[in-house]
Formats: sequence, structure tokens, C-alpha cells
Amino acid sequence: MTTTATKPGVGPSGPHNPRAAITAKTLRTDRWWLAPLITFVGLGAWVTYATVRVFMHDYYFVEAYHYLTPFYSPCLTDRCVEGSALFGTPLPSWWILPEAAFTLPFLLLFRLTCYYYRKAYYRAFWLSPPACAVPDGHAKYTGETRFPLIFQNAHRYAFYAAMVISLINTYDAIIAFRSGDSFGFGLGNIILVGNVVMLWLYTLSCHSCRHIAGGRLKHFSKHPVRYRIWTFVSKLNVRHMQLAWITLGTLALTDFYIMALELGWFSDLRFVG
Amino acid sequence: MGTKRHFRVWRGDSAGGDIEDFDVEVNEGEVVLDIIHRLQATQTPDLACRWNCKAGKCGSCSMEINGKPRLGCMTRMSTFEEDETVTITPLRTFPVIRDLVTDVSFNYDKARETPAFAPPPGVAPGDYRMQQVDVERSQEFRKCIECFLCQNTCHVVRDHEENKAAFSGPRYFIRAAELDMHPLDDRTDRKEYAQSHQGMGLCNITKCCTEVCPEHIKITDNAIIPMKERVVDRRYDPLVWLGRKIFRRDQLDGDGENMAPSSSVGVTDVAKGAPFTTNRGPEGPEVREDGRMDVTEVTLPTQGGPSPFGDQQFPLPSGRVAYQPPAPQYGVHDDGQDGDHGTDGHHQGH
Ligand code: SF4
Ligand code: SF4
Ligand code: FES
Ligand code: FES
Repeated sequence: MTTTATKPGVGPSGPHNPRAAITAKTLRTDRWWLAPLITFVGLGAWVTYATVRVFMHDYYFVEAYHYLTPFYSPCLTDRCVEGSALFGTPLPSWWILPEAAFTLPFLLLFRLTCYYYRKAYYRAFWLSPPACAVPDGHAKYTGETRFPLIFQNAHRYAFYAAMVISLINTYDAIIAFRSGDSFGFGLGNIILVGNVVMLWLYTLSCHSCRHIAGGRLKHFSKHPVRYRIWTFVSKLNVRHMQLAWITLGTLALTDFYIMALELGWFSDLRFVG
Repeated sequence: MGTKRHFRVWRGDSAGGDIEDFDVEVNEGEVVLDIIHRLQATQTPDLACRWNCKAGKCGSCSMEINGKPRLGCMTRMSTFEEDETVTITPLRTFPVIRDLVTDVSFNYDKARETPAFAPPPGVAPGDYRMQQVDVERSQEFRKCIECFLCQNTCHVVRDHEENKAAFSGPRYFIRAAELDMHPLDDRTDRKEYAQSHQGMGLCNITKCCTEVCPEHIKITDNAIIPMKERVVDRRYDPLVWLGRKIFRRDQLDGDGENMAPSSSVGVTDVAKGAPFTTNRGPEGPEVREDGRMDVTEVTLPTQGGPSPFGDQQFPLPSGRVAYQPPAPQYGVHDDGQDGDHGTDGHHQGH
């Protein structure tokens, strides 16, 4: 007569069976650290560039063509040159105060609480976790259950603000089709419009937008129009990560182009005017 | 003829173990599970491994292959280099039973805690009617094969054992979302439930569950984030609140002032505050004098080999059932609200 296996052993630690004793922290052999590293470098570089530019307090407006960088829109401090301040200049010019003091905090909040950026910086900066099946860099973990991370739930307010700001950016891009007082069109316009289109796509692909558009409904069949909007937003939504990076690129490019024009590094390629 | 390749397999049980080296033949078209079977056939007849379908549909063969949680039967050997060493370990998050077999009862505990489908009142079974657009979202989550790879990968419990009591895990977030989005489910408190009792707030949407799901369910994008947004509806959105006041649309679903409180606290031992454990009670089968189990059916009360966990006698003794299903809390629905089930009308013509 044969016998089968012995009963599974009862672990030394008593009633709680322990996990498998595997010493290696991770056995992943692929380059799992590459994606968080790229994110770390990419986001780090962008934030550095944006901070430097915002506190430069200069080179943000090309008067001849009405190009205003999105980093300074709407321009609200006394420092804002004639023509760039569409909403007047209610704010004093302290060095600590960005020219777009009313919008930048909301944009920052929008991106900070964005579901994609959350994933990106939780992984790349906070290492929680750096990659899947790679251990968390922290001994304790409470997720988004308490202060301050519970405020990630405020993403929707930031989304509403971002919609308004996108409108302002759109207006900036439209009134930039000028050369002096007549119609004008140059490479700068293409860059500005491209940036605004991408900003809209990014904003509309937001998970909160998807929810508001129709995701919150239980019965799509009773709301055919909202169902169609939801379907459209859902299609954008799967590209949210790509759009998040593309807009970082277009924002920096737009700003850099305008700064370079102001500094005279090169001149705008004009098609009309 | 195949080639010999190098494998490392974790062997051991809850008392400890180690990774052992093997050289095994690999043929064209094989998957990792085939190699395990060849190991059993040629070198290690007692290597323990769970599997059933070999088609990626039963969810039994979850293991970690080169550190990545995968299905053994769906991981092709052709995805590795010829000279690559393949390391196979059991799921890390759950207690190990032996070799590649882990005790996944954690998940069954969590499944029992999750309130089941609540049938719409007044509609007889068989009379349920739904439109495809309405059930589509829920259907994605029905693809789940319960492989628990997502549960295993989620760092909330993988790296923090102490969170196990509070956290149900992605597989049960998709279950909550599936029912919350279900056109006929009558419970209105699933989002509250997910946040307060399933521990959804612990999830930081880093998407590892989505990355490992063999059914490619978009767990984070389509279940967790929508559920988080639904919680925001309830708790934090000023515009929704204002709109409700102005347009008097108190009946919009999802903003539940009429929400029934979750009754699901205290229905399981764990929720009642009993310490969380995946250990089973002393219910092992009879062993012979040498400490080994008998395989002969003649001496056993049931057919087949004895289960290492003891055999269940039916009917179950009533006192030993840990779970008492909660009475469903039906939503108090107003006229014309979105949550009504469209049950009038389809009886005509039947
Ligand atoms: S997205 Fe949330 S549930 Fe999924 S693995 Fe990450 S923390 Fe866990
Ligand atoms: S959701 Fe996917 S990974 Fe999780 S148990 Fe189901 S099939 Fe497996
Ligand atoms: S902007 Fe990324 S999710 Fe809202
Ligand atoms: S054996 Fe069924 S999923 Fe692998």
C-alpha cells in the first residue's frame, strides 16, 4: 500500500501560518526600476523648469504678436506689461507672487490630485510601491485614508477650476492671432493652439470628468446623450497618461518658445503679418 | 527534442523552505506549468502545485515567475531567453501550505463579507430584464477568474500584513463596483460600504492589480476610480450638492440621502472583531500510526483521497458557519428616479 504526502506542517509561529520564506526582496529580473526612474527624472525636471520660469517674472509676453505663456496666464500683478493683463492687475508685484497667482495654485492642485499623477509620484517619488511586486519603501502604510492624502478626494474641485482655466488659455490662444493691430499668424500660434488643444484633451480625459459626464449613472439606457458623452470621454480617458505627459511637453515647449522669442534667441516664423 | 534549461523553484512549507535548482527539458510551445509537470514526472514527484484547466480559466495556477505574479499555464516559455534562469515561487501575500500552494482563504473571508446581489423587490426571478448598455460595465468584472493575482500583488496587503483585516482588495472592489453599477441591484450603499468597510481608502491607485490581471480587467480605471468618484459624490462635491438643491433632484441615484446604512458590519467573525486568521481549526483527517494519511477508500467515509484539511460532513452543523448573510437594505426609491428598475411595462405581452 502506498501513502500520500504528509500533512502540511504547522509553522513554528503558532496558529498564524507564515508566508513562504523567501529572502530576496524581489525576484523580478526585468528592468522594473526604469519606469519609475524615467518618471522621477521627467517630473523632477519639469517641476524645476516651471518653478524657475514662474519666479523669473520676465520673458512671458511677446508684445508684437500677443503671445502669452500659459505659465503667466492670466497675468494679474502690477508687473504685467500692457496688453498681457486681460483682467487688470489687482495684485502687487512681490517676487514670491507668481504673475498668475490665481490660477497656478489650482493647476498645481489639479495635477497633484490627478489619478494618473498620483500613481506616478506614489511610485517614483514615494516608492509606495516603486513597481509591482517590489516592496514598499515604507514600514507603515495608511493609503489615502487620512490627512493629508484624504484631500486627494478634492480632485473634482480642481477639475472644475481647470475647465475655467482652459477657457482662459483658449482665449489667450485666439487673441494671439494678431500682429500689431491686424490679423497675424505665425509658428507661435500653431504652438499655442496645439498646446490648448492638448490641454483640453487632457482635462476632458480626466477620471472625474468621466464620472460627471455619465459614469455616475446607474442606467445608461435612460440617459442616451450622457451615455454618448461618457463613451467619448472614456475613449479619451484610456489615453489619460499619455495626455498627461504630452501636456507637460506642450506647456514647457510653449513657454520656452515665448521666452526664447523675448530673449531674441530666434525670431518667430511668420506666415501672415 | 527540447533543450535543457535552468529553473529555480521554491520548496518548503510553513516551517521554512528554500529555492532549489533544477535543469529541465523544455520543448517548443510549452508553458511554465508544463515544466512544473515535467519536474513532478522526472525529478520531484512530491512538488506541490495547484492547477486545473491549463487554459487560463480556472485561476488555480497562480504563482510568481521571475518575481512577477502570473498564471503558470499562461506564461509561455518562449517569452524567456534560451539561457535565462526561470525562478518560480509561491504567492507571497498568503500563507504557504507547501511548495507552490498557498492558503488563499483570506480572499474567501473577504468574499463572504461582501454583500451579495440584492434582488429588486417585486420582480420575480425569471422576470429580470436589462438592457445591454446598462449591464455592460458590470459584465467586464464578471470575467474575473478569481486567480487572486491582484490580491497578491497589491502592496497594501503584500507589504503590510497588518492591513489584511481592514482591506478587502481589488478583487472585491470590482465586485462592489459590479453590483453598484448593476441595473437591477437594489442596494444603494455599496459605495459607502466600499469606503468604510472594504478599505478602499487604502488603495493609492498605483495600478498593480490592473498590471497583473490575466483577464485584463481594468480594475483601477473602471472599478476603483469610479467607486472613489461615487464616494466623492456622496461626501465631498459642492456642485452636485448645489444642483440637487436647485433642481430638486434628490432622487438622482448615487447621492443617497436616502441611502440605507450599511448593515454589513458585524456579520462575519472578522468584522465582529474576531482576530483575523487564515488558519483552519484542528480538523485534519485521521492519520495512521506513522503520521501519514491513508489513501485507500475502503477505510474512509468518503470517496477519493482525504483532504489535508479534513472532510466536511453535511449538513453543516449550524453553529460552525461563520457567516450569516445580512438582510439586504432596500433603497427607498422615489417616483421616476434613475434607480427604478424599469419593471413596469415588460409584463405586457408576456
Ligand atoms: S490600484 Fe489599489 S487595489 Fe490595485 S494594486 Fe494598487 S493599491 Fe492595490
Ligand atoms: S480581477 Fe483579475 S487578477 Fe484579480 S482575481 Fe480576478 S482575474 Fe484574477
Ligand atoms: S486630471 Fe488626471 S484624473 Fe483628473
Ligand atoms: S490551470 Fe487554470 S488558470 Fe492555469
